[in-house]
Amino acid sequence: MENVQKVFDDKIAGEIKIEPKDWMPDEYRKTLIRQVSQHAHSEIVGMLPEANWITRAPTLRRKATLIAKVQDEAGHGLYLYAAAETLGISREEMVDQLLCGRAKYSSIFNYPTLSWADIGAIGWLVDGAAIMNQVPLCRASYGPYSRAMIRICKEESFHQRQGYEILLTLCRGTKEQKAMAQDALNRWWWPSLMMFGPNDDASPHTAQSMKWKIKRFTNDELRQKFVDVCKQQADILGITIPDRQLQWNSERNHYDFGDINWGEFQNVIKGNGPCNKERLSERVRAHQEGKWVREAAIAYAMKRKKKVAAL
Amino acid sequence: MITSEPLWEVFIRSKQGLDHKHVGSLHAADAQMAIENARDVYTRRMEGVSIWVVESKYIHASNPDEAASLYDPADDKIYRHPTFYDLPDELKYM
Repeated sequence: MENVQKVFDDKIAGEIKIEPKDWMPDEYRKTLIRQVSQHAHSEIVGMLPEANWITRAPTLRRKATLIAKVQDEAGHGLYLYAAAETLGISREEMVDQLLCGRAKYSSIFNYPTLSWADIGAIGWLVDGAAIMNQVPLCRASYGPYSRAMIRICKEESFHQRQGYEILLTLCRGTKEQKAMAQDALNRWWWPSLMMFGPNDDASPHTAQSMKWKIKRFTNDELRQKFVDVCKQQADILGITIPDRQLQWNSERNHYDFGDINWGEFQNVIKGNGPCNKERLSERVRAHQEGKWVREAAIAYAMKRKKKVAAL
Repeated sequence: MITSEPLWEVFIRSKQGLDHKHVGSLHAADAQMAIENARDVYTRRMEGVSIWVVESKYIHASNPDEAASLYDPADDKIYRHPTFYDLPDELKYM
């Protein structure tokens, strides 16, 4: 009799993808359902802070590119919900978990977009952090998740460029525009660093996720890479990262940086961030207001089925 | 009796001449909405000239647990590959 655990372990060790109908440990399935569905929720909720500025984008080009970006985020959420469904959870259940506040989504989306420059900062920093996290996920051991991530990564790069270009324009503009860009960086920097999750020694899921090759790099490894890359990018913009302890360390060959306020992170995760309530109520409202459309579509489909059956 | 939007698998032909590839799934009330939704979700960058949607319940799949016995007959027939045949180097066009 085949040892299904051994078959699974050999696949993981041999970089062979696990597909939906393959045997997998219950915990592997559970952790993937949690991670993939929360990733999906993050994309959908992430549409909200950016959609906030669509009507006030300064030019037609900015408006068109922002709309395209927000559409992409919807698409990304949908790819991920589809991938999660292959693990045995229904779309309804996942949506329910989000709307009832039982599911988490990325903490970053609980911050407000206060100025147009925030749209630039989000593209540069938030999408930048997401890309850094997502590229290794393209090699995740679960087939549908890895394929969804490959699709997403292809689409993500314009997001970051769109944001950076906005900031570049502002930084090369008037004194007030540059100040607006600096202000956005000041507010989005630390929350972006928090996107990588707790420090490795405080991250409960990391070890197991790495053993199962869902995760390829630790939170701290990715966060360090992000800081190193962003410092150079900030220098080109001519704005300052709001961290007095940010300094090149020639021994480590990396930038040293200051301590993250984990209290703030925990508080936002718990539901006390600036926009948690607003984000959730907006999603609930959209779901409720769209109910008649879903019901009408189903009623129409049923009517047509009956008509065809009667022929 | 439909009470919720069923799940559909989506296949896209990205370019004339290629075959349809499975790209993912989505929920829709009927085939027409499934195709329109597939266009919105999976072809934002002109990645499709043709879309197929099939309700997931109509997909039949082989059982991976039975893969060993299902594919066993093909496993030891290396003579189906051209490299099995030993031919002189000076032989052309073969």
